[in-house]
Parts: sequence; C-alpha cells; structure tokens
Amino acid sequence: MRVTFTVNGRTRTADDVWEGESLLHVLRERLGLPGSKNACEQGECGSCTVRLDDVPVCSCLVAAGQAEGRDVVTVEGLAEHARHRAAERGRERDVPDTDRPEPATGGPRTAGADTLAPVQRAFVDAGAVQCGFCTPGLLVAADDLLARCPDPSDADIREALSGNLCRCTGYEKIMDAVRLAAARQEGS
Amino acid sequence: MGTDPTPTGLTRPTRAPGGIGVSTLRPDGTLKVTGEFAYSSDMWHEDMLWGQILRSPVAHAEIVSLDVSEALALPGVHAVLTYDDLPTAVRHYGLEIQDTPVLAHGRVRHHGEPVAAVAADHPETARRAAAKIKVEYRELPVVTDEDSATAPGAPVLHPDRADHHSHRVPHPNIVHRQPIVRGDADAAARRADAVVRGEYVFGMQDQAFLGPESGLAVPAEDGGVDLYIATQWLHNDRAQIAPVLGLPEDKVRMTLAGVGGAFGGREDLSMQIHACLLALRTGRPVKIVYNRFESFFGHVHRHPAKLHYEHGATRDGKLTHVRCRIVLDGGAYASSSPAVVGNASSLSVGPYVVDHVDIEALALYTNNPPCGAMRGFGAVQACFAYEAQMDKLAAELGLDPVEFRRLNAMEQGSRLPTGQIVDAPAPVAELLRRVKARPMPPERQWETTEGADIRQLPGGLSNTTHGEDVVRGVGYAVGIKNVGFSEGFDDYSTAKVRLESAGGEAVAVVHTAMAEVGQGGVTVHAQIARTELGVDQVTIHPADTQVGSAGSTSASRQTYMTGGAVRNACALVRERALELGRRRFGSHHPAWATAELRLEDGHVVTEAGEVLASLADVLDDEVIEEEREWRHRPTRSLDPRTGQGDGHLQYSFAAHRAVVEVDTGLGLVKVVELACAQDVGKALNPLSVIGQIQGGTVQGLGIAVMEEIVVDPVTAKVRNPSFTDYLIPTILDTPSLPVDMLELPDANAPYGLRGVGEAPTLSATPAVLAAIRAATGLELNRTPVRPEHLTGTG
Ligand code: FES
Ligand code: FES
Repeated sequence: MRVTFTVNGRTRTADDVWEGESLLHVLRERLGLPGSKNACEQGECGSCTVRLDDVPVCSCLVAAGQAEGRDVVTVEGLAEHARHRAAERGRERDVPDTDRPEPATGGPRTAGADTLAPVQRAFVDAGAVQCGFCTPGLLVAADDLLARCPDPSDADIREALSGNLCRCTGYEKIMDAVRLAAARQEGS
Repeated sequence: MGTDPTPTGLTRPTRAPGGIGVSTLRPDGTLKVTGEFAYSSDMWHEDMLWGQILRSPVAHAEIVSLDVSEALALPGVHAVLTYDDLPTAVRHYGLEIQDTPVLAHGRVRHHGEPVAAVAADHPETARRAAAKIKVEYRELPVVTDEDSATAPGAPVLHPDRADHHSHRVPHPNIVHRQPIVRGDADAAARRADAVVRGEYVFGMQDQAFLGPESGLAVPAEDGGVDLYIATQWLHNDRAQIAPVLGLPEDKVRMTLAGVGGAFGGREDLSMQIHACLLALRTGRPVKIVYNRFESFFGHVHRHPAKLHYEHGATRDGKLTHVRCRIVLDGGAYASSSPAVVGNASSLSVGPYVVDHVDIEALALYTNNPPCGAMRGFGAVQACFAYEAQMDKLAAELGLDPVEFRRLNAMEQGSRLPTGQIVDAPAPVAELLRRVKARPMPPERQWETTEGADIRQLPGGLSNTTHGEDVVRGVGYAVGIKNVGFSEGFDDYSTAKVRLESAGGEAVAVVHTAMAEVGQGGVTVHAQIARTELGVDQVTIHPADTQVGSAGSTSASRQTYMTGGAVRNACALVRERALELGRRRFGSHHPAWATAELRLEDGHVVTEAGEVLASLADVLDDEVIEEEREWRHRPTRSLDPRTGQGDGHLQYSFAAHRAVVEVDTGLGLVKVVELACAQDVGKALNPLSVIGQIQGGTVQGLGIAVMEEIVVDPVTAKVRNPSFTDYLIPTILDTPSLPVDMLELPDANAPYGLRGVGEAPTLSATPAVLAAIRAATGLELNRTPVRPEHLTGTG
C-alpha cells in the first residue's frame, strides 16, 4: 500500500508498504530517518518515541497506515519543532524569539550547537548522553514534558520519562539535563 | 541516506576541546541528540538484503532432519544456509575455547541456538522463510545444574573438548576450575570465636544494552567482505570470523558502527559470521538486526551462581579464615567462563585481609543459555555473598557492620588470597568512612502537605500503598574488581597519531581500533592528545581494522590501555616534532639545544615558558605519524592447585550505602538513595567518570531487586525474553545517586588512572540487599529479591 503523511514539516510518501509494517520501520528504512531507535519494537523502551499529531507515541506500536494524512515529528525535526513553538510563545507574549540572552545557568556549553533544541543542547551539556541509543526517544518525551510543564518537579520528570529505558547513565544526568533545559527555558 | 554504506556519523571528523582532567563534552554528543549518529542498526545499502536466523525452540536435542527447500522456494528469498553450507572445515568459534557452532551441527545445546540463516528482500519475507524451514528434533535430557551435569550417566555436552583446561576439571561438564589455598584454614577455624555460614543464589542477569545486535556485511570485489558492526573488539571478532569464511584476515575489513551499549554482551560474536556468509553467498549487502526477543538469545548473559561461604573471626573482630565454593553456570558453550572462574576465585574474599583461605570456583557446561562477560565479570557474584557474610559475622560478634569491615580492610601492601601484593593505594576503609559519613536523606520523603506522593512510595504509580506498612533500612557494601585482562594474557593496544599543519594551525589525528560503546573513550583520547601535543584540534579517526588491535572495550581497561597507547604515540610524535624544530630553527636560538621543551597551545615552549616557535611553523608541510603498541606490565597465570600467582594488573574499589523503604505488607521495595564512594586514581574526564559510576550503580540495583532471566528448571527454556518480562530499572525505580570520587594515583598506570566502569556494579547489589535485610529482619540469600521473599509467600 501507499502511505502519505507529514514528517518534520514535509509531506512524504512511502510505496509498497506491507500492511504489518510499523511507522518506525517506514521512518527508518523507507524514508531515511533512522533517528528514532529500534531497541525493543514492543512498546517497552520508548526509544522510538515520536510525536503523532503532537502526542508522543511509541512509533513501533503504530501501524504505518495509521499515520496516513497525519503529522509526525521525529528527533530529526525536534529543533525545528521547538523553534516553532518558541516563536508561537514569543508571539503570544509579543517578544521576539531571536537574540535572547543566554541564561547564566548551567555548566559548559556545546560549541556550534545553535541548531539544537534547548533540550537537545541540555542533554549534551549535562553529560546525559553516553551510548546515546535511548537519547532520541528521551528527547522527544522530555521536550513534550517541558512544553506542557515548564517547571517540573523531580517527581514530575521521573513520571514523564518512566516509559523510556536507559541502560547506560543511571538516569541522574538525564535528570540534570531536563532540569537544565527547564532552567534555561525559564531564563529565556 | 544514499548508496554509501559508511554513514555520516562514522566518517565525520569529531573534535573535542579540553585536555585531561577536564569535563570535556563528548565529540559525538551533537550527532547523537540530532539522530544523525549512525548505529549498527541504522546501516543501509541501496540493494541490501535482510538476514534472519532460525533458532532452536528446545534446549537439548538431536537434529534428525533439516529441510530448507520450502524456505528457498519462497519468492524474495536469496539464500538459506545450514551447517552443511559452511565453506570451510572451521565451523566453530569462541573466545577461549572454540566450541560454539556457527550453525548447529546435528545437535542443539540450548534454547535459541542458531540453526539456519536466511537472506531475503524484506525482513518479513526473511522471517516467513525461516518459519518454513522444517527441522525435526529428537529431544535429549537436559542438564541444568551441578547435580544433573555431573551425575553418573549425565549427557556430556562437549565429548570432544580438547582445550588446555580439560586436564584440570574432574568432570567433562565442568569448563574450568580454580582452587586457591593459602595458610591453614582448618587450624584458623579452630581459633575463631564466631563462625557463620551461608548459601547464596545469584540469578542470571542480562546486559540489556539498548542497541540491538546488528550490522551490515558488504561483499567486496576482491572476494573479501566489509563489515560495519557494533562490537567490543574489532580485531578479535575478525580473528574468529575470517577462518570460518575461509578468507585471510586482510580480506575481512571491519569498521565500528555506532554501538548502543555493550556491558560485556558484545564480547562474543552474535550475527557477524552469519551476515558475512550470507553476503558472500548472495553477492549482495546483507543487514541483520535482532529484535529484542532474539537479542535475549543472541548474546551471553552474566553467570548465575550458587555460592557457599564460611567466615570466621575472633572476638575482637579480626577475620580468621574464609572457606568458599562458587559454582557458576556457564551454560551450553564456554565463552569466557574460564576467565570468569579466575576472577571469582581470586576476588572471592573481597577487599579484606584474610591469611587462611580454602577456595574453589568452577563453571559448568549445562543446557542453560550460554554465559560470559558482563560488567563486573565474576567479581559481582562473589561480592554479593561475601558482603552478606560480613554483615552476618558482624551481627554475630555484636559489631557495627561498617566498623567490622574497616577492621579487616585491605590497604596498600596487603595480600590477596593468591599471594599477590596490592602495590597501589587501596583506600577501602576510607571509602566506607565516606559513604557512612554522608547525611541521610530525610525520612518519609513521600509525605507531602496533601498526603502521600505515591510516586515516591514503594510500588510508585501503581497506587498500592499510602505508606502504612513502609519501613526504612540502611545497608553498606564495598567491593574489589581487577582492571584489565589477567592471568598472563598478552594484553596490548595500538594507537596511531598524526600531527600536521592545516590552515596555519597544528592539528592531530588519533587512529585506534578502540570500540566506543558509550563509555567515552573518544572524548578521553582527544583530551590526551591535546594534553601531550599542546594542540587544540584533535580528530578521532573512525575505529577500524586498518590500524592495529586496541584490545577489548571491557574489564575497565580501555582508558588505561588505549589511553596509554595514545599517550606514548603522542610522545614519539612530540619528539619528532621537536627534532624537526631543532633542524629548522636550532641555529636561531640556543634554547633549542639545551632546554627541556614542551608543546603548549600550538607552540614550542621552553621550561621557563619562553615561546620558541609555533608548531605550525615547525611542521610546515611535514606530516609526522607514529604508531605505537603498548603493553602493561606482565601478569601470571594462577597455579592450578594452589591458585598462587600475580594474576592481576590493577584493582578498583567502590563502596555503597543504600537507603531503602520496603512495604512489608506488599513486599515492594523503593530504593531511596544509593550513594557511592570510589577511588578513580585520576579522573581524566570527571563528567564521564561520574556517568560510569552512576550507570554501574543502577545495573547493580537492577540485580538486587528486579533483573533476572528466568530459565525453566525442567526444560531449560528461557521464560522471559522481552522487556515486558525482563525488567531493567526505569527512571522511577532509580533514586538519587550521589558520587564521592577519590583520586589516589596508581604509580604504574598512565596519569595514575584506575579503571572505573565495573567496581560500582559490585557493591551496589549487596548494599541494597543489606538495606532490605535491615528494614525487614529477613535473611534474604538470593538475588533478585522478589515480593514473595519479603512477604514470606514464596
Ligand atoms: S522500540 Fe518502540 S518502545 Fe521500544
Ligand atoms: S545512553 Fe545508552 S541507553 Fe541511554
């Protein structure tokens, strides 16, 4: 079958899709977007998390056909997505979204990373990325949390990210990264 | 992605600012957060096929017949291979003993053993084809533990074993055995005022790295093959792959593809040979990606163990003797069981001084899943048991458990049971003091003004309790882990370093075959090169087999070994650069001839800080390149009867304090805080060292309260090969993890560093268990602890 949907703002079509194929498989193997990861393909690890019509879902559990005509944002489009959202907010608050001063919070800064969403930059800066396989899914989930809840408590962060497994970090630096992204968001 | 099988994430140069000792950020971090970093499962080639493995549904059986004709006839299927299709007489592989069939030959020895390999044009076609292969099995009795494996008439799993361990074992179903005898344990036992005994059971843990086993094999025009693969040791993989393919090693070219965690689980081969065979057979690139179910069958696990211990002490709290017997279940194939046995025996009494020991460790062949390397490697199981014993003995003597440990703590100059002297700092007592001195997390943290925040209670979001039956407990543990490969292994690493001038600036390139599995080696190597060569720009060349072996990314050895190789290669490059400078500019300034010169900030500088020339000017258009192999000081194998010998290179120590809350009614545990103190020798990158300690700590927490591969004791089949049923800690299961890092340099190691990755996995588990015992008063001699153990219902 043929499936057409919007991915990261672009309309994309995949042909000869087998009925059982997941959205994850179509993104990774047919559309050249391998950023969403395939750690379990059974809805347990969260590494395939994408936004489907603005709701975070495990793309391994979504049949490709279900995405027909809908809007998908993957980690590859997260920075753009975050910029749009910031611009919307900026308009609401009547504040230009460019040339914001950098907040004084946080440790070392990533060089040349202007194209990253704040949460992406915070993950790099906080040392929350080790092997990085869990990272794309965690970023989509954390970005969603920060959009809904700009100043989350630690318990809020743990609850929001509890569907995303990480085997490397022990999660402490992931907590640091989300706190850092929230603090920087606060300061902006 | 285009037709180029080498994706952007591999070839793009990576840069890291910052020298050693600084929390430099990962050079691959940006690629990893944007989704551009190419992991092995992301490999793609325009006309690639998909490989699929057919696995045995039973644990032990004779293969009566095998018919692939229907599978081969399915449209879209390009090849189906069985044992008979293997191109050479070399049809087995293995890390220490070549006993693992590439595809089953006449017999399967464990549930999930590979039987056939398929290549097809779509992963679903490959799966369907595999399902059409007809295999008739005649089931054989299984052996699953020591009794069944060594009983008279037990099926012998490897009747034709011919390895250098075979003469040391009392039964052919024992892979390896290591006794250690020192002093006179019988006489010492008579002097003991208190003696405690315990039987401990340690469950089978899985590495559960998130990136599934996967890779892409591309057939080459010269008849060779290029393999893009996630592994821990490229060269050792190749040494096992090439003979099976019937190719010389230089025709098997391997490039490291992005690795999604390893923890020992990628030390053995998984799909490497199958992908290469299918690619060579079909003439097309072949990609294989395991799903999670298959991943649980596709790699070795941590050895489950049964441990029997006896400890004795005098009234004033000095250990008199330790007797122990450690039986590790190695499963169907040897993998690294012999080395695991060596570790379990030599580290079996922990970081304590005991003059009289009688120790035996062995690993069995059974029909359970094969076991091999995992973070902590044989030291983890022992630590769980000896720490429980230390608590038991302290209680028996009426001593504080931490004080009792400190009374017996090893220090620099102490001896291991093997007789080896610990010749570097061993701050065991200090680490314990530090975790004990930490302020306690507040009581009843889950109480809020509105009532209980159920998220912080045992059972969490399941809303099982509002805190009625919740009690708190605190527990301590400390452990010792060897760093690097032991027992005389010829361990070395290779690094190639290039220095040249580009755009008026001196730049360095570091090329090694080190597998970056997430531990941060790429960051540290750039830091070392920046420090040694005084340059800002360092590029890390992708890891491949075009340079000499780096050894394995395991045993906490990579910063020590490949870091040492990079440092030494840099030293040669520096000498040559200074020599070049002397030739070019020596006549201009006498300091070139006399002074001790340094490279700093892109300049040649005298000891007094005078700048002599810019490095770019010195180099001009010369390229300096040096390749250096580096070996650590030699170790020796242990005596087969007494276990005496200087078997280890270096040790790593960590201590934990666990604070837990237990719902005694429901048997649920919440770890409230798990604090660690560890000596790291020298933190080359503090940020990533702390990340390693926290990650290791949580894997230890996982063993304590949830992680276990459950193997049916009657059929030897795996019951829970999925993330639905094999549970690893989520962020909700994980508490705050404070880390206290000591830096006492080891004079023998590069920069004084100490391997850090494994030690925290050891002590985390017994600390959590001790805390649960303290909370409940239960004995708890098995891990993981399950609700039924806490409620007395199981
Ligand atoms: S891959 Fe989708 S949840 Fe694990
Ligand atoms: S960083 Fe490796 S799984 Fe999270």
